[in-house]
Amino acid sequence: MSATVELTRRQPASLPPGTGNSRRLNRRWNHRRRERLYQWMFLVPAVAYLALFFGYPVAKNVIMGFQEYSTSTFYTGEAPWVGLQNYVTVVTSSLFTTSLVNTALFTAGSIAGQFVIGLALAVFFKRKFPLNGVLRSLLLLPWLLPLIVSSAVWRWILDKDSGALNNFLGGLGIIDTGVPWLTSTSLALAAVVGVNIWIGIPFNVTVLYGGLQDIPDELYEAASLDGATGWRAFQHVTWPMLRPVVSVVLVLGVVYTLKVLDIILGLTNGGPANSTQTVATQSYALSFQEFKFGEGAAMGNILVLISLVFAVLYLRANRRAVDE
Amino acid sequence: MTVNALKNDAGQLAGGRRLAGGQRQLSSGQAGGRQASERKQWGSTALAILFLAIMLFPVYWMINASLQPNGTTLQTSWFPLAPDFTGYATAISQQGRNLGTSLVVSLGSVLLSLAIAAPAAYALAYFKVRGAGVVLFAILISQMIPGIVVANALYTAYNDLGLLNSIPGLILADSSHGIPFAILIIRAFMNGMPGSVIEAARVDGAGHIRTFWSIVLPLSRNALITSGLFTFLFTWSDFLFALTLTTTDDVRPVTLGIFQYIGAYVNDWSSVMATAVLASIPAIVLLLVAQKYVAAGTRGGAVK
Repeated sequence: MSATVELTRRQPASLPPGTGNSRRLNRRWNHRRRERLYQWMFLVPAVAYLALFFGYPVAKNVIMGFQEYSTSTFYTGEAPWVGLQNYVTVVTSSLFTTSLVNTALFTAGSIAGQFVIGLALAVFFKRKFPLNGVLRSLLLLPWLLPLIVSSAVWRWILDKDSGALNNFLGGLGIIDTGVPWLTSTSLALAAVVGVNIWIGIPFNVTVLYGGLQDIPDELYEAASLDGATGWRAFQHVTWPMLRPVVSVVLVLGVVYTLKVLDIILGLTNGGPANSTQTVATQSYALSFQEFKFGEGAAMGNILVLISLVFAVLYLRANRRAVDE
Repeated sequence: MTVNALKNDAGQLAGGRRLAGGQRQLSSGQAGGRQASERKQWGSTALAILFLAIMLFPVYWMINASLQPNGTTLQTSWFPLAPDFTGYATAISQQGRNLGTSLVVSLGSVLLSLAIAAPAAYALAYFKVRGAGVVLFAILISQMIPGIVVANALYTAYNDLGLLNSIPGLILADSSHGIPFAILIIRAFMNGMPGSVIEAARVDGAGHIRTFWSIVLPLSRNALITSGLFTFLFTWSDFLFALTLTTTDDVRPVTLGIFQYIGAYVNDWSSVMATAVLASIPAIVLLLVAQKYVAAGTRGGAVK
């Protein structure tokens, strides 16, 4: 994030100021203008792309949120202005509270699980032992797999009748009949959170491990002289030093988890009986299953607003991280 | 902070240094403690392998299930003692075309992303362009925009432009996963490159484009490979745009093929898992073959 404040390294080659007559001045001015034009040419494609594929969708979505935008719009081209009607419909729908609560539970549960396990593993991998590097990089695999692949595999593992988890638990004698992990309204959300924790652990381990590596060893040596080792060293050295990285990991985790769609659609498709419906999946369902694009846009905008709150937190956390 | 971490990694790549594996020698003072600490070290290795076995069980299970015989077996056995490849035969005959589509879209997206990101990264790293800070800020903010919002608006635009169900349409949309990431990675790398090289080229009379093409790009090889590999992986894994921007069977990435498999009642898990294995090949290859680049990319993953 320091990138935004950091000055660009190189200045363009330019003539020393205060020499020559007006013609030379003029030429220099032309030269500089051409120079600047060239420089901009390098940036233009990226700026255009960002404007078209991030700027335009956000603006378009804000407008669509105020319009009755449905399948007929595609034929007639008419999208009547309805003011806040879409927002009212979406917010007063009985599903809104459900998806809001589910989003909160899904995000909080996922982040808590990923972070705690990720931190524990990161601390563990700070130990020096053979094969450390190889094992740590193999740990990345769950993160690199396409999410829809992970969803498919977990669906089979969590299958009620012949899934591996139920077979395993049954073999241990913990359960008698198959647990309907993904098909029970009371368990599905927890199961989806569990899978998302599994997916997020590698990311947390990697970033937190990087943060741990940056803590100078001298601090631990000094602490151990003062008698602080093990848990107390963690409490008094590791945690305070890691705080900036922790806030970045947490806020980024929240922002990414809020918009998760693949995993939920792949595992439960929002069901059973909407028990895993989140704001993101609800926005998808409104637009692409019910073809109420206006309401889908309104729901999407609510999601953007929620993300924005955390984005502000992220920027602040980042600034602190840079300052410290 | 995250961008800084990135920069460090890119710098390490530049120097060709292996990324620190954290395996510094233990300086155990006492001679007797040496053996004990070695035993303790191997104990940690065993524990790490146990963690890893739990974490990678689903991957094992995917491969195991893909090798089970087709049909009505209710229980998948724990080991593929008699591997059966009918799952793969079904997967290739039903999803082969979709795998091809994914490959074409991913390669296209890599080319487009690098073509857009590399010049931009160069401009951001070297020129004091007005608004460079704004561009970087926009890139970071773009990462917070939910994909469904982009998809919602793109669907209507694509419908008007006739880009639905088309490979160019998917390449353009999918590059939104890769371009911001690639700009940040390549820019971080270029920040660590000696400016004197570029200045020398400029003094020798090379134009901007020649300097970029024959000096900057060859020097940035590692960063280009890293961001290219990750862009490939992001696009290959894309599900949201495949789901929303295609409506027919004509152009169908494999992720959507898997989704449709599991959307219906599944009675043939071996072909679903075989497709899943085939769709995992890029990730597995990347992890095994391109270690160095993955390490650089995942640290930068904080910006993904």
